[in-house]
Amino acid sequence: MTELPDSLAEIVDDFAAVDGSDKLQLLLEFSRELAPLPAELEQDAMEPVPECQSPLFLSVDDSDPDHVRLHFSAPAEAPTTRGFASILHQGLDGHSAATILGIPDDFYSALGLADAVSPLRLRGMSAMLARIKRHLRG
Amino acid sequence: MPVAPDPTQSFAEYANPGRLVSTEWLSANLGTPGLKVVESDEDVLLYDVGHIPGAVKVDWHLDLNDPVTRDYINGEQFADLMSRKGISRDDTVVIYGDKSNWWAAYALWVFTLFGHEDVRLLDGGRDAWIAENRDTAFDVPETSPTDYPVVERNDAPIRAFKDDVLDHLGKGPLIDVRSPQEYTGERTHMPDYPEEGALRGGHIPSALSIPWAKAAAPDSRFRSRGELNEIYGGVSADDDIVAYCRIGERSSHTWFVLTHLLGYPTVRNYDGSWTEWGNMVRVPIVRGEEPGDVPGASS
Repeated sequence: MTELPDSLAEIVDDFAAVDGSDKLQLLLEFSRELAPLPAELEQDAMEPVPECQSPLFLSVDDSDPDHVRLHFSAPAEAPTTRGFASILHQGLDGHSAATILGIPDDFYSALGLADAVSPLRLRGMSAMLARIKRHLRG
Repeated sequence: MPVAPDPTQSFAEYANPGRLVSTEWLSANLGTPGLKVVESDEDVLLYDVGHIPGAVKVDWHLDLNDPVTRDYINGEQFADLMSRKGISRDDTVVIYGDKSNWWAAYALWVFTLFGHEDVRLLDGGRDAWIAENRDTAFDVPETSPTDYPVVERNDAPIRAFKDDVLDHLGKGPLIDVRSPQEYTGERTHMPDYPEEGALRGGHIPSALSIPWAKAAAPDSRFRSRGELNEIYGGVSADDDIVAYCRIGERSSHTWFVLTHLLGYPTVRNYDGSWTEWGNMVRVPIVRGEEPGDVPGASS
């Protein structure tokens, strides 16, 4: 059993503590908290994630494998995608490549969002994590 | 009582102009008794980041689908949903949503299964409303329960099941509204991902490829009658038409265009779509860009 890093485990606990529409409100809060791209990163230079139903761009900087930097960009009209990106950003940014590679691919099922968000939309989140891992293995 | 239709001149060229309202008309008519506004989106959070004032949210996944069986809700569930949303049977319902009204059209199609008489789309949907900087609200309106009657769903006129489609092969046109890559059967996922949703790729033999979004202009509004006539030149009003996509949502958009904008009388949506057909044992499939022949049909 792989341990989630504290930052991500806390997020999973927060979602586990609320029900139904409150889960969506929590996801909405994450969506609002997604950090803007740093000035030196242009969205054009980032990697698109076509599995998401809405446009998402991802940048993985593992020049220091002990502190991997993640950046996400998704438009305001795609708050669910922004929420998923924000969860991964707050949960994984700054962790080591080894820690991130150890995150179970289905960790998001513990968020309990499947009933509220639909499996189709959740697929976007598994695609984001898979993309990050592939980059780190690459 | 139904609210008078939007007299916008540009709608007059469509077969049923009363099925569309403009952003201007809706702005001017918000709050009219008997007018209810429904937002239905692909993105489940969009309603909460600001919606048309007074609009209620209907989610395709949570509200319109049965939670267990792959089917739509039944008459009791629909009556309950309408009551909770404050909608009466004779209300005029205007539906709008994201992505060129993709999911809004799906909701409208489900309302039609229950015979809700006056249900319209906001031309341009959420994108047009936001682009014009029109008013939005965060608060969820407080609605009063209604006595919406329990109406049995009437699937036959506008919904096709797999047996209907098998029977339809070789007799009438099919329209595949998915992307060209889904139509040809080309893998659309990255090598690390299993092909999700369907075990086989391709399309139903003889189906024409007319991606749904062709009917929408870049501003999310419907294209003109002339443009639509050209896009759907492969089918005509005399045809018995079946449209499909992956789960029946994109083809609802095409169903709306053919039924209400072009006025074709016999159009059904095959909501089983590719997630059913592409997984069924021993049904015919064609790969590649050509529609292909129906097996056993004389050519």
